[in-house]
Amino acid sequence: MAQTFNLEIVTPERSFYKGEVEMVVARTIQGDAAFMADHMWTVTPLSPGLLKIREKNEIKKAACSGGFIHVKEGKATIVSDAAEWPEEIDLDRAVEAKERAEKRLDSSDQDIDTDRAKAAILRALSRIKVKEEYMGK
Amino acid sequence: MAGKGREIKRRIKSVNSTKQITKAMELVSSSKLRRARERLDKTKPYFDTVRKTINEILADSESIDSIYFEGAREIKKSCYIVVTADRGLCGGYNSNVIKESLSSMKEKKDISVIAIGQRGRDFFRKHGYDLDGEYINILETISFKEAKKISSLVMQLYEQEMVDEVYLVYTSFVSTISHKTECIRLLPLSQTKMKEETGEKKESFFEYISYEPSPKAVFDYLVPQYVESLIFGGLVESAASEQGARRMAMESATDNAIEMIDQLTLNYNRARQAAITQEIAEIVGGAEALK
Repeated sequence: MAQTFNLEIVTPERSFYKGEVEMVVARTIQGDAAFMADHMWTVTPLSPGLLKIREKNEIKKAACSGGFIHVKEGKATIVSDAAEWPEEIDLDRAVEAKERAEKRLDSSDQDIDTDRAKAAILRALSRIKVKEEYMGK
Repeated sequence: MAGKGREIKRRIKSVNSTKQITKAMELVSSSKLRRARERLDKTKPYFDTVRKTINEILADSESIDSIYFEGAREIKKSCYIVVTADRGLCGGYNSNVIKESLSSMKEKKDISVIAIGQRGRDFFRKHGYDLDGEYINILETISFKEAKKISSLVMQLYEQEMVDEVYLVYTSFVSTISHKTECIRLLPLSQTKMKEETGEKKESFFEYISYEPSPKAVFDYLVPQYVESLIFGGLVESAASEQGARRMAMESATDNAIEMIDQLTLNYNRARQAAITQEIAEIVGGAEALK
């Protein structure tokens, strides 16, 4: 059995998660990274993506839309703009948001914020993925 | 009697209708206060965590060459984000915020203002301040998105060197009856202050912390997030304080109205009695004269 550590996930709307976990996998801006107990002290930004939380008996998945993770002795904190459990995700809305953002990217309009549109697509994709996995099981 | 009594009666009626209005406003703001407090309780963990985490990170690290830190450039222009209410009738709430910002502005040479809330905007516009942005009617339904918009404006101004320091003036919510106006500096960050805030003097852990991909990249990402969360926290607290202040003001207005009505009723009864006495005296006098 693996050692556990304390994980806390906060978003502006609520305190999303708090508990003892064995491992958490988060999408950092450089790719997926797993954090386990006794990890080196780390601070790194996250990009929108899947969040996998392994508790003692169960694996939880959530969609997370950017933020950062701060790992310290025995404790990890994820600060995110928004996070959702699969049952809270509205698939239609996510699909719509993705299409909207793609249209924005495709349009020849110079004024659009490319970074924002790309981030929106990533966010929507991660939501869709989490939801579909959840429904498939 | 007729003249005086009627006058007092009319007065009572008008005070009474004012009382009904203030009473209704009190009830409305108490329910809004409840909602604002729920919001505040929900966002508080986030606000506290971000602040604590970022303070810790900054305090632990060696000075990093970043435009967000103190001393990166000379301070020429100061920007103030002033959070006021959209409406009045909330006691000293708005004037306290404006007073606080004016007293802090006194020492600055060049000032621009980002006004949140109609009252503040009207004031600063009327007095000819430079308005870099204005946000109206957002406080009651404040969302993180709005705070993000405001902070991205601030970051833009700061990065393009249009402003060299940024202050936030807001009202912190101590309890339902106590609110405190506060003026905090958002940018540039001061590392010595961060160290003070995290408390005890610690040795630097900088070497042991890994910043992925690089310290500078992490900081450039964290600082906007920090500003965002401070602005959002300030807005949520101000919204709750505003409702608290309004509820208090309306409560005392209602109390005053009740007191006034009591006094007026007393006066009215006195006048009525005096009139009756006078009438009786007249009748008795008339009867006497007939004898």
